[in-house]
Formats: sequence, structure tokens, C-alpha cells
Amino acid sequence: MWRFIGSRLLQAVPVILAVITATFFLVRMAPGGPFDSEKAVIPEVRAALEAQYRLDQPLASQYFAYLGDLASGDFGPSFKYPGRSVNELIAAGLPVTAELGFYALLIATLIGGLAGVLASLKPNTAQDYVPMALAMLGICMPTFLLGPLLVLLFGIRLEWLPVSGWGDLPGDKILPSLTLGAALAAYIARLSRAGMLEVLSQDYIRTARAKGLPEWQVVTRHALRGGLLPVVTFLGPAFAGLLAGSFVVESIFQIPGLGRFYVQAAFNRDYTMILGTTVFLSTLIVLFNLMSDVLAAWLNPRLRAQYGSSA
Amino acid sequence: MTTEVITDIAQAEQGTSLWQDAWVRLKKNRLAVCGLIVLLIMVMTALLTPWIAPYAFDAQNLDLGATPPSAAHWLGTDIFGRDMLTQILYGGRISLAVGFIATTVALLIGVTWGAIAGYVGGRVDAVMMRLVDILYALPFMIFIVLLMVVFGRNMLLLFLAIGAVEWLTMARIMRGQVQSLRQQEFVEAAISLGLPTSTIIRRHLVPNALGPIIVYTTLTIPGVMLLEAFLSFLGLGVQPPQTSWGLLISYGADTMEEYPWLLIYPGLTLTVTLFSLNFLGDGLRDALDVRGSRD
Repeated sequence: MWRFIGSRLLQAVPVILAVITATFFLVRMAPGGPFDSEKAVIPEVRAALEAQYRLDQPLASQYFAYLGDLASGDFGPSFKYPGRSVNELIAAGLPVTAELGFYALLIATLIGGLAGVLASLKPNTAQDYVPMALAMLGICMPTFLLGPLLVLLFGIRLEWLPVSGWGDLPGDKILPSLTLGAALAAYIARLSRAGMLEVLSQDYIRTARAKGLPEWQVVTRHALRGGLLPVVTFLGPAFAGLLAGSFVVESIFQIPGLGRFYVQAAFNRDYTMILGTTVFLSTLIVLFNLMSDVLAAWLNPRLRAQYGSSA
Repeated sequence: MTTEVITDIAQAEQGTSLWQDAWVRLKKNRLAVCGLIVLLIMVMTALLTPWIAPYAFDAQNLDLGATPPSAAHWLGTDIFGRDMLTQILYGGRISLAVGFIATTVALLIGVTWGAIAGYVGGRVDAVMMRLVDILYALPFMIFIVLLMVVFGRNMLLLFLAIGAVEWLTMARIMRGQVQSLRQQEFVEAAISLGLPTSTIIRRHLVPNALGPIIVYTTLTIPGVMLLEAFLSFLGLGVQPPQTSWGLLISYGADTMEEYPWLLIYPGLTLTVTLFSLNFLGDGLRDALDVRGSRD
């Protein structure tokens, strides 16, 4: 097991380095320097600014200096808002986005998992068709459409829930979490249905039934673990999807999270801010993929046996 | 015995019967047929838009302003008095074009990459697929946002960027197909007859791997269209004066409190299109009996 984790960690290092390098040079390749603004800047001021952001140095030494900053945990300053740093914005936005993502994941796993398992138990009946049709709707209905529609229905027409904000009014966390979790719930429902159908046709399930276990025990004790394995493997990519979704959801509901900061930075062309947040978010995604791989390996006895001799 | 005879036999056994069989099975799948019909209508209207649109694309009527659906404007008008149906038709041209062109880019890169890796095998294969693995781990959604920022909001770039993301899965599928086809006798025969590698790949491997490629292509298009709409919604994709369904949804969301139809109709159009593509893709997968092409 540890060898598996170790090898996966080693694989993640070049990926993260590639992300940092690609982002750094892409941002530097952007047409027009960050200080080529409408207003003419006094040469001395400009020189001082460029020195402050190290723009007066050769590109290679800028790159290695940035790597050094990252190694010491400094993601860099913001161009547009002097005095603010990427670290401060991450510290402010990450807890909000993490909470939003957690609720969305919770909703998605509970609803999606339940729907998928129920559908798999009675395939090709109403119990299968209804949740799967809803799941198809969840996949085809984009987050940026579902969010406004939910706001229109529950916020504006019915006036049951607040239309925006995060933690300001009671219940204002419900709509964003639901919006973000819906598509994920749909994917999880499809994956868990497929996984369960596969497992339920296996010999060991027949054995469990043959020895007279009640059906609910066959399902909970024997089928679920194998059947939900595809869902666990999916959680890594799902995290990347959640982050992308949070860009939209945080913009719609005006939630001060990382996603909204990222989109704002992209909109304002705040180059250092984009660089810092991209590196941070990408590293997070790579690490999450790693964790979901490890979790899947740990749950899968065959993979565990392959790597488990040294564990 | 000549090459033609050998390949003819191989294709006669697999090829024709497979396609006819698939068509019969697809016709039985009502949802897939509906999806196909809806898509054909969408593509036709997109192609004919300049002639069938009820109003000119840039026709404004500021005195009229936003009105709900009526006989003159079937889907209502926006705050500038522009006809919504016309906007949706023109937006559809761009949304569909992004979907098809970006998917074609992905298809070309992915199929070529996967076919070469699978056919040549050995160290070349290891290096090529290792690169795919690394690219797979990169968070592309973030990179596309970054690209759009760095290079300006350019349609051509949008096509290329989205296509560059989507080819990875295609390459994996193609490689798997080619690897298993390589073992078969008709390919061995082609090799022993001394056909050049490029001919073998083009004439024998790609046609026989068409099933999974078609299925995955159909399922890639909705993903690509969703990505375009996502970027446009955030203001990082298609830019005015051009429009797309994602951009229309974004405008609609801004004014939905007063003018809900401006959100609902573009939203409905996009959702129905994505639905159709997904149903058709699922139907094709069942009809062509392709497994595991989705993930």
C-alpha cells in the first residue's frame, strides 16, 4: 500500500511542475505588459514597479525565483490590488468554497448513490427509469442554467429561500449547494447503477443469496462495496468538476469563494493573481486525484493484494 | 491469394452485417431516433438561418423593448427589442459549430495519436501514452480559462483549446482498439504482404475501429458544447456582437426576474440539444455494441 502511495506521489510531482511551468510561461507570453495601461506612468515609478514584481530580471531567473517563492508557500502578489496577496485571497476564499463543495458532494453522494442503487435493484422497471431519466436531465442541464432556474422558482416566485449570499440569511446555503451537487448526483447515480448491476450478476452474490441471506443484507454487506467502487474512482475527477462548477455557482449566488475570485481575476486580467490561483487550484486537483486513486486501491482487494505485500 | 481477397473476406464478415445490424437496432430505440430527428432539424435550421430567421440578426427595436412571446415574436424580445427566436437561431450556429469543429479537432488528433501508439507499440507506445496520462491529470478547465485570458477571447482559439482537451480519451479508446485488432489475421496478412504502415492504419485499422469512435464522438459533442456555453456564461467565451446559447442564457439570467422567457427559451434549446446528442450516443453505443466508451 505504501509503495503504491509513494509511486503515485512521485507521478504527481512532474504533473505539478508541468502545471507551474506552463502557467508561468503562458502568463508571461500574454500580449501587453501588466503596466501598459491607459495612463502614462513616470519611468521611475514604472522601473520601481517592475523591480518590485521582478520584471526587470531575465525570464529564467524570474521563473526560478517564482519556484522559490512557491516552495516557501508564497503564491505571489496581486497586480490589480496592491497590498493584497494571492495567499490572503486563498485564505479568505478557500473555507467558503470548501464548505460549498462539501455540501454539494454530500448531496450528490447521498441522492445519486441512493438513486443508482435503487435503480439497479429493479432494472427496467419504473424504479429504474424514473431516477435514470432524472439523472439524464441532471447531466444535460448545465449548472449555469439550473442555478438561475432554481433561483427563479424558489427565490423569486415562491420566496422560500434567499436568492444570493453565503451565511448571511438562514437557508441561503441550500440553493447553491443543490445547484452545484445536481450534475454530480446525476453522474454518481449512473455510475453506481452500472457498478451495482455488474456486481449483482457475480457468483459471490449468487452464493450469498443461495445461503439464504435476506436481500437487504446481500446488498448492504456484499454488493455495495464492489458496486460503489466506480463512484470512488470518480471522486477525483468529480472534485475538478466541482471546482469548475463553483466558478459558476459562486458567480450566480455572489458567494465570496475561490471560484469567484478566480473568475474575477481572469476578467480583470490580474496576471499574478491568475498565476497564483491556477497553480494552487491545479495542485489541489492533482492531489485529489491521487487521494481518490489511493482510496479506490484500498477498497479494491485485488489491487490491494498487488501492492499490499509490503504494507 | 491477394490482399484484396483477404481484406474483402474480413470486411464482408464484420463490416456490412455489423452496420446493417446496428441500423436495425438503432431504429428500434425510440429515444435515439427522436434524438437523431431533433438534431437533424437543429443542423438544418442552423445551416438555413440567414434565410429562415424571421428578423435580421442585428435588428433592434428600442421602443418595443422586452415583450413576452406574441404572434409577431414567437419567443418574445429582449430589452433591445431584438427577436429572441432570431437570436437563438444565430446563437445555435455558433454553439453547434463549436461543438462539431472542436470535436473534429479532437477526433483527428486522438485517432492519429492512439492509432500510432497502439500500432507501433513498445517504447514509442509507452512514451506516447505516458504523455496522455500526464495531460489527463492536468486540470484543463482551469487551463482553458487561463488560455482565454492570455490570448484574448478568440473564437478560433476556443475551438482549438476545447479540441485540445477532448482528444485524450479518444486516443485511449483508439489505442485499445488498434492493439486488439493488431493481433488479428487480416492485419498480420497485410503486414506480411509488405503494405506500408500508414496504409495499414488508414485502410485496415481505422475503419474497423469506427464503431467506438462514432459512439465516443457523439458523446463528445455535448461535452464540448457545454464547455463553450460554460465559458460564454462566464464572459470568457463567445463575445458580442456574436452570440451563442451560453451567452443568451447568461443575459437571460441577468434579467430573469422581469423577463423569464429570455432565460427559459435559450436554456430549453440547449438542454434539448444536449439531451438529443446524449440519447443518440447511448443508442449508438447499444446498437454498435460498444462497451465502456463513456469513461
